[in-house]
Amino acid sequence: MRRKSKCVLGIEGTAWNLSAAIVDQSRVIASAESSYHPVEGGLHPRAAAQHHATHMEQVIHDVLAKGKKNNAKISAVAFSIGPGFGPCLRTVATAARALSLSMNVPLIGVNHCIAHIEIGRWLCNVADPVILYVSGANSQVLSYRNGKYRIFGETLDIGIGNALDKFGRYAGLQHPGGPKIEEIARKAKCYMPLPYVVKGMDFSFSGLTTAAKDALAHAPLEDVCHSFQETAFAMLVEVTERALAHTGKKDILLAGGVGANSRLMEMLNTMCQDRSAKFFAPDKAYMKDNGAMIAYTGLLMLESGAVLSVEDSAVRPNYRPDEVEVTWR
Amino acid sequence: MEMKRVMLTSGAEATIELRDGIILKSRAPKRYRLKEIDERLRRERTKIEAKLIAEARKSGVPTPIIYDVMNCEIQMEYIDGVQLKHVLDANLSERIGELVGLLHTAGIIHGDLTTSNMILAGERIYLIDFGLAYFDQSTEARGVDVHVLFQTFESTHGGHETLIKAFTRGYRKTFKDADDVLQRVKEIESRGRYRTERL
Ligand SMILES: Nc1ncnc2c1ncn2[C@@H]1O[C@H](COP(=O)(O)OP(=O)(O)O)[C@@H](O)[C@H]1O
Ligand SMILES: [Mg+2]
Repeated sequence: MRRKSKCVLGIEGTAWNLSAAIVDQSRVIASAESSYHPVEGGLHPRAAAQHHATHMEQVIHDVLAKGKKNNAKISAVAFSIGPGFGPCLRTVATAARALSLSMNVPLIGVNHCIAHIEIGRWLCNVADPVILYVSGANSQVLSYRNGKYRIFGETLDIGIGNALDKFGRYAGLQHPGGPKIEEIARKAKCYMPLPYVVKGMDFSFSGLTTAAKDALAHAPLEDVCHSFQETAFAMLVEVTERALAHTGKKDILLAGGVGANSRLMEMLNTMCQDRSAKFFAPDKAYMKDNGAMIAYTGLLMLESGAVLSVEDSAVRPNYRPDEVEVTWR
Repeated sequence: MEMKRVMLTSGAEATIELRDGIILKSRAPKRYRLKEIDERLRRERTKIEAKLIAEARKSGVPTPIIYDVMNCEIQMEYIDGVQLKHVLDANLSERIGELVGLLHTAGIIHGDLTTSNMILAGERIYLIDFGLAYFDQSTEARGVDVHVLFQTFESTHGGHETLIKAFTRGYRKTFKDADDVLQRVKEIESRGRYRTERL
């Protein structure tokens, strides 16, 4: 008889989405979530943390109940230990520690960015891709070499998600701005040049964001949204292609919330076609922040012995992906 | 007479062909980006590359000789050697430091200092791929230039601390403001480290 795979409960809450899931080696067994929607302005870390604290009990209760229906026996509790907002991270960590103690199972601290990568590799079944990771605070091009995910290029100032949201807020769009900008951009009639800044495999979005805001004074919103997206995404696709050429790898994996943008996906796909590379992206639900990615990476870590004692489980708001010792590859 | 044509590589942004002993670098259109962006980038970068490759050589840095420049194509000398990414060691890294020091002294920023863009031919190291190069004497521009290289050391090569140290030695030899720039590199790195806090 085949040994039944272990189940891990994962909790994600680095920013606005509180999400928990239970996975085993073969599938996502259960999930539950609750999103914080800011009333106005951007995301306020303390308000988001407050939201997570308020909804934690319900979310955990839901996911455990669904897990129970499926006979899932939890072998470990994983949580996103960073990077992210300090107050949000601490709320999640507190809950995870308590659960690990009460269930008497190991505690696992998962790097949020690595989790985005691992769930993509799992669901898309891709072994060794170059990864474009695009989220609110971060935008990075990474690939695995010798025990670590290495950063080949990244933003020199703000992440693409924040750039979109900042511009969106200025243009009077509701938070999060990204999806609305995508929609409005479809109605554009013309493109206006905006600053295109690539330095090796690094890039910058702050000059672009400022210029796009200024452009609103004399150009229609549709055209500015379109020009913003086309410029920013062309930069991202270009550096991804540079990393492909530099590493000699043949697969691209898209990860992170901004990955849900269909124009970005289309551009990456075209680039891959033109240089006979393969493009992979998981379902949108697994590109945005989700509990399953923490649970699955937690499972990989559990099986390679990377568990934490409570004393070592302090959160790491600036935890970088290239600091993680990848013990499971 | 039949011409000898060999497709060498499809680089980061261009295709490189060896034709009768001459390198033909063409920036072919990229379908993924808007035509307006694509044409501007390809034309600008071709022009800049041809100009700055020549300027770099004047500053004492080995670069291929340019034979001809067309709209989005450059013909240049073929450098028969191996990309530094395959052979890099501390000794070579020190010499990269010297070359980058010469470039920076001349006010040139390379813009894409990776070990794919350096060729070791015999005893010489050539710098190539100047499409992202520009003139700038600021500490910030120089700092980002060096940061990009250090990032490649870390992502692509083992023992990056040793490589960085060796680079620093060479860089100081040929460039008098080396220490200011190296200080700025540290600052640029720490901006990355603390990014999430500044959301
Ligand atoms: N003059 C040259 N002599 C020999 N090899 C070259 C020359 N120029 C380019 N190459 C080879 O082609 C690759 C890509 O060229 P490069 O100028 O870097 O274009 P890209 O902008 O596409 O990266 C280089 O990494 C190198 O291996
Ligand atoms: Mg190159």
